[in-house]
Amino acid sequence: MTTRRIVVGAHYGLRDWLAQRVSAVVLLAYTLLLLGAALFTAELNYGTWAGLFANSWMKVATLLAVISLIWHAWVGVRDIYMDYVKPTGLRLVLQVATVLALISYACWAVIILWRV
Amino acid sequence: MADIAAQKARPQYRNIHVSQIMSYRLPPAGIVSILHRISGILLFLVGIPFSLYLLQQSITSEISFESYRAIVGSIPGKLVLLALIWAFVHHATAGIRYLLLDRHVGVQKQASNTSATAVLWISVGLTLVLALKLFGAF
Repeated sequence: MTTRRIVVGAHYGLRDWLAQRVSAVVLLAYTLLLLGAALFTAELNYGTWAGLFANSWMKVATLLAVISLIWHAWVGVRDIYMDYVKPTGLRLVLQVATVLALISYACWAVIILWRV
Repeated sequence: MADIAAQKARPQYRNIHVSQIMSYRLPPAGIVSILHRISGILLFLVGIPFSLYLLQQSITSEISFESYRAIVGSIPGKLVLLALIWAFVHHATAGIRYLLLDRHVGVQKQASNTSATAVLWISVGLTLVLALKLFGAF
């Protein structure tokens, strides 16, 4: 019996499954970091908030979270397309649009972070 | 001929139609699962762009910070935030449950049922607390 692989299928392996879990843990850790930073800042105003993101470690942590987020969103959204969108052409269009949107979000995040 | 008749009588299980959804009683784990998908889609479609926009407005300059405050201070802004807060809290709570299930914690029928019910109560409870905070109750 042969396995029919399709162009808009999954990667038929462990990688996406694992990426979904690792990125989830990174996002949970970043949520705690952000909560902690908000709680332990005496007064939240523009100066303290922008000052937090002016730190290099905060930029790196945020970018790491953004990369985890777009990877996590990609695996999750693609799973939903694979379950509910059956026509191959439509699924391909949606997948390409999703990838382009997610990469754009990552670029936007870099621009935002490195402006402070 | 008898064989064919017997074959025809065999029950066939197919995917249910959309119109039949309401007549199926989902167990708590099923409700958590479908809400995990719905909250995930909401976070992807609205959550990511809206959060990035708010991050941009909040850290770019003092002037943009004021526009950030105006957005999160408005009723439409608060309603969008409330929907996203629920989506995030549910997605994260259900996600922690899935990570534990992956570690074979609580995979038995009763334990899985209990944890699914707990996820639903915790996510609704946390959302209510954060909603009170959002609308300035404390």
